[in-house]
This record gives sequence, C-alpha cells and structure tokens, in this order.
Amino acid sequence: MADEFEPNILAFCCNWCSYAAADLAGIGRMEMPTNVKVIRVMCSGRVKPEFVIKALSQGIDGVLVLGCHIGDCHYITGNHRTLKRFEVLTRLLGHMGIDPRRLRLDWASASEGDRFTEIVTEFTNTIKELGPNNLADYHGRKAARVSQ
Amino acid sequence: MDVDKLSEQARSYPEVVLSKTHPFLCSEEGQALIQNDIKENGLDRVVIAACSPKFHERTFKKALEKAELNPYCLAMANIREQCAWVHMEENGKATEKAERLIAGAVKRASVIEPLETQEVDITQTAMVIGGGVAGIQAALDIADNGYKVYLVESSPSIGGRMAQLDKTFPTLDCSACILTPKMVDAARHPNIELLAYSDVTDVKGHVGDFKVKVLKKPRYVDEDLCKGCGDCAEACRMKDRIDNEFDENLGKRSAIYIPFPQAVPLKYLVDPETCLLITKGVCGKTLKCADACEAKAVNFDQKEEEVELNVGVIVLATGYDPYDPSQKEEFGYGVHPEVITALELERLVNASGPTSGHVEINGKEPKDIVFISCVGSREKDGNQYCSRFCCMYNAKLAHMVKDKFPDSNVTVYYTDMRAFGKGFDEFFEKVKSEGIQYRVRDLDDPIKIEKADGGVVVKAEGHPDIASDMVILSIGAIPKAGSEKLSEMIGVKLGDDGFFTELHPKNRPVDTAVRGVFLAGCCQSPKDIPDSVQQASAAAARASTVLGNGKMVLDPVIAVVREAGCGDCQICLSLCPFGALDFDEEKKMAKVDEYLCQGCGICTAACPSAAISVRNYSQDQLEAQIETLMGID
Repeated sequence: MADEFEPNILAFCCNWCSYAAADLAGIGRMEMPTNVKVIRVMCSGRVKPEFVIKALSQGIDGVLVLGCHIGDCHYITGNHRTLKRFEVLTRLLGHMGIDPRRLRLDWASASEGDRFTEIVTEFTNTIKELGPNNLADYHGRKAARVSQ
Repeated sequence: MDVDKLSEQARSYPEVVLSKTHPFLCSEEGQALIQNDIKENGLDRVVIAACSPKFHERTFKKALEKAELNPYCLAMANIREQCAWVHMEENGKATEKAERLIAGAVKRASVIEPLETQEVDITQTAMVIGGGVAGIQAALDIADNGYKVYLVESSPSIGGRMAQLDKTFPTLDCSACILTPKMVDAARHPNIELLAYSDVTDVKGHVGDFKVKVLKKPRYVDEDLCKGCGDCAEACRMKDRIDNEFDENLGKRSAIYIPFPQAVPLKYLVDPETCLLITKGVCGKTLKCADACEAKAVNFDQKEEEVELNVGVIVLATGYDPYDPSQKEEFGYGVHPEVITALELERLVNASGPTSGHVEINGKEPKDIVFISCVGSREKDGNQYCSRFCCMYNAKLAHMVKDKFPDSNVTVYYTDMRAFGKGFDEFFEKVKSEGIQYRVRDLDDPIKIEKADGGVVVKAEGHPDIASDMVILSIGAIPKAGSEKLSEMIGVKLGDDGFFTELHPKNRPVDTAVRGVFLAGCCQSPKDIPDSVQQASAAAARASTVLGNGKMVLDPVIAVVREAGCGDCQICLSLCPFGALDFDEEKKMAKVDEYLCQGCGICTAACPSAAISVRNYSQDQLEAQIETLMGID
C-alpha cells in the first residue's frame, strides 16, 4: 500500500460556486481523497489555458477546473468563456502528447458539496488509473541535453 | 491534523518570521494576538491557516487594518473545510496536504501587494427615468429616504400604462384609485422635482457623478400660471377633432389638452403636430385658446429648454409599449371593426373613458365575445417571451364584460393559464365559474378571424367556429420605443428580447452592469403591477444604499493594464460582461473603467501578452502560488 501512486492534483475553483461547494463538502464532513489541492480564483473564466498546460508540463498529474453551472455564473458569461476555451484546450493537449483525461472541466453550485466530493473522488481515481504524469521528466531531460 | 507540526513547518519557510497556533483566531483574543504580533515584529504580511476565507477573510482584513497594516497583505490557507473536515480518516495525509496549502498561502502572501482603496464622492441626488407606477414608486421611496429625486417623464403626465387601466387584477380595485394618490404624492413631495414632458438626451459620467442632459419640450403654456381649468381646450378650434392617444385613439381631444382628467401635472399643453397656429402658422383672427385663458398662461413663444443635472444614481423605469397586432394578418385587426385590443377595451369599459363606460361595437352592445391570448407573446420567431400579465388581465376583462352583459357568451382562447401570483389562481377559478368558456388551443394551431354576416367569425383549429361581434386580442408587451437610444447613452445593455438587462438574474436583479444604474418595472421585462411596484421599491433601496453617506469605496481588486505590454489586439474588449473595457486610441492600449470592472479576470485569461491582469491575481502571482502549493517549485 505504501507504494501506491498518490497523484498530485490541482483544482481551480471559482469564488462563488465551486469554492463554496468545496467548503460545503467540509461542513458536511464528506470524506474525499487528499490528492486535490484547491486554488481560488474569482471566476473559472480567469483560468488561462496556459496555467493548465504549464501545470501538466511541470508534472502535475491532473488539473480540475470547476465553475458555476452554465447560466449561474456570477459574472454572467464567465463560464461560457471557460467552456469555449477548454474545448479547444482539450484538443490541444492531445496534440501536445498530454492525455486530455488529465484535465477535467466541470461545474458545481454552492449547494453541491456532494457533487464536489464526487468529482474529486472520480477524478482522483481516473488519474490513479492513468498513472504518474512523467512529462516533467521528459522536459527535464530535454532541457539538460540542450544545456550541455 | 497535527497542528503543532504544521506550525513548526511553517516557521521553516524563509519568508516566515513568526508562526503561532491559537484555537480561535477569529475571536477577539485571537485578533488581538495578530495585531500585537504585527506591531511588535513589524510584520508586512500575514497568513492565516484556518477556516475558509469565505467565513472570516473580512474579519482578519479588519484585524490587519487595526494594526495599521494594509488589509490586502493577507493570505489564507483553508485547512478546515477543505482539509481537516474532508479527510477525517486520513490523519497523516491530511497534515501533509495542509502543509502544502500553508506553503502555497505563504508564497501567495509574499507575492501579493498592498492595495489602496479609492474613496469617491457620491452626489446624493437621484434621477428616475419614467413616470409610470414603477418610476413613481421608486421616486417616492428614494425621496422618503431623504434624497432629492428628479422624476423625468417623456409624456405630458406621469401615470404610465397603469393610468389607462380600468381595474386591476386579482382584486378588481379601480386602477385610478390606487394610482392617482401616488401621482399626487410624487408631485407634492418636497424632495421630488417632476420633469414631465421631458426627454433624457445625454448621460455622461459614472456612479456618484452622472451628468444628465434633459430636454424640456415646450408646452406653450406657462406651467406656473396654468390653473388646469380647461377653458382653453373648450375654446380650441380643433376641439373633439384629434384622436386622444391616452384613449388608444378611441376618444377625441383638442389641440390644447391634458391627456386625462387626473393628469399630473395638471397643466395644459399644445400638441405641436395638430395645433393650427403651429402647423399652418395661423388660427383664425384671434387665438381662441389664449383669449379663453384668464390666467394668461398660453405662450406660443415658449422654446424647448435643456438642463444639465448632476445625479449620483439613476433608476430606469421606462416601461413598455403594447404590441401592435396589425402585423398579424390572421387577426384582421384594423380591418374588422369588431376586433379590438385589450387596452382599447380597458378604455371602453372605463367610466371616464371616451364612451363613458359604454361598450358598443358598430352601434350595438356585443353579445358573442371572444378573447384571444398570447397575441405577440411566446412566438417561435418573434417575441419568444411570455408577457406575464395577459392571462390575468384577460380573466379580469372577461369577468368585467360578463358582468356588464350577463346574457353574453364569453369565450377565451388560451394556451397555458399563467396564474402565478398571490390570489391569481383563486381569481381565475372564480372567473371560470361565472360561465365563461375557456378553450385551450396550441399556440402553433392556426386561428383566423374572417368577416361574416353581422360581425366576424373566429376559426380556431380543433374547435367549432364562433360567430362573434367583439373579439379582444390579449396583446403582450414589447420594449419601449427609444430603449436602444437610452441603452447607448447609459451603457446598460439590452437583452435579445430588447428589454434592459439586470446585472444578475438572482443575485443582483435590480442592479445593472453600469454601477449606480438600477432597473424597475417593465423596462427590465414584462411584469404586472405588484411585481413592478416591488421591483421599484427594491431599486429604490439599492439606489439609496449607494447614495448612503455621500462616499463610496471602490474595490481595488480590479483589472489593470500594463502600458508597455498591451499589443492593441482588443480581444479583451469583447469579452468583458460589464463593458468595463475601452480602447484608448491615443495610447493604443486597453483601458479599464474602475467604476464598472468587477474583477472577474475573464479578460486576463484571454490576453496574449499578459498585459491586463487583476490586481493580486496576475499570472506571475498565481503561478508562483501554484508551484509552491503543488510542491514543484
């Protein structure tokens, strides 16, 4: 058991819905894996696709982007932008040799602590199945060769 | 979680000079501890690892402020809701995760910057545009709160659509009885300045300091002198020759007139489009109106007058226009005299209306009466929205004609009965029990009104034809003419349906994307009188909040543009949901309106050169935090 792969997962949560959902999961003492660490942004529309590419390139095993449900965005159309951007990003990841399953875009309202828990648990399992993201090693070796 | 271990670990970071634990940091004692430590150690950043920032971020910001440290120098690690409480069965791993969360917060604290809030002055005066029931209510509420209000109405009298109605549903009380006292209150209120027969022509500025140009159209009657006696209208050569718009053109008036007897202000005016002197340059040998006026109020030298008013907030209450059914040939409106609109019926049944309450079509009382619902509403290719008041005014009018003509046959063609308000369904059930036939038809099913002997015949698919001598079209609401122009001037966007858009349908239903501008009544979407009045009071409450004590603090956590970085692509401009971004042609860069920006960061995610960023949420700041949080730095 000690050797079991524990993925290192980053979650972007928007201040108004999904971050509140994560808090609600806590208030409801909903048990979930410890692998996901949340960073709070005001809107999922703030999440620049570059953040995701960079994180995955640096060896982070999976990235979650969680916003308000479509139609419920605190900033009206923020999550519409996120949705559009991430459709493109998902395709791009494939071309870059990154398994697109390492990225998941989803929605959780401030009243959906259970949904947040479900997403975290599911995604952690998905990443466990995919295994470690060894892209960092690849970039590391390449960088080392160039510098020689 | 092993809190002592976490505290010890935190102390080991190079940025950290002090790390302490406390069972209740949010308590008075906890806050005092933080304040003392800031002062004693000259701390310039504080990290709180505790509950969610959603709960006590403000508490701790205040604590920093009290210790004379900039409140934005705070970072929080959410180790309770998002760690301890969701990993109760994973002691070791929970502590490990908390360690990362704290490390990330420490990094965030070291990269964020102190920010200065900007305090701006608020002119403690409001403008309400539109003098229907919503505008009147909003003006009264703001005025009662102690602020000066300019109530601007485009037509000669306040009162709006409600003034045209005979009775109101579901209580059947007389519309004028409820409205007229409110109109008079508005005119008499010491804090309200009524600008009737006036148009808003320009709006500049921002919350707290709007500069609004208002054009007062000439009445050709001195308002200070006019007593409202009506002698001028009696004397007018055009008496009873001009269609009265207020009566939906069913009644006649003079060229010098008031729209209706209870008009406020009760000041006569000359219609420049029908007055002989104005249109033809001559009106007999002497001006009969001027001769008749004992107060010598008639003054054809009057000119339009533009005033510039400075206000802190604006309430839009411009209302709606009734749908024109003549664009739908199948109803034969304007072709068959038997076909009228519901608003026309309102005027006909009204005791002070053009027929003194006598309803006659082709010179006789109607016997077979048909109502048709959803005319101009819920269309597949046109107005897709429901106008929300037609179902109920339909029921009201059906009841009223049945009451007037007990022997008549009243049929209502409807599609869905939307009796959603308080007492609505009970009212509908009562009307149904009065012998009024309700026939359901699908909105897509053809319906046609054709000429027949002694009237018309209504042919609705799936139902037997009805020979009728009066057909009432339940017309819906359309956006008020001029909404587009007003939208351009003020910056409040119109939705696809053409009505003004609220900032957020649930959170901010009366606010708009333009800070300091609020919505009341049908200009936002069709609604009935109770809802209009409620929304008006809500808008007034929000407006009064802004007027407050004359000061307003602007949140500094908004977008800023790095001058050297902006590449002129203007992608961000189209993305902003609040229209807060503009392009500075001189500097060739995007610029942020600090009054409109909400700090969401949607623009920053799209900027190819990272030139635009939200303060303390820049790409560098977020990436630094991510790297430490994830342990890849």
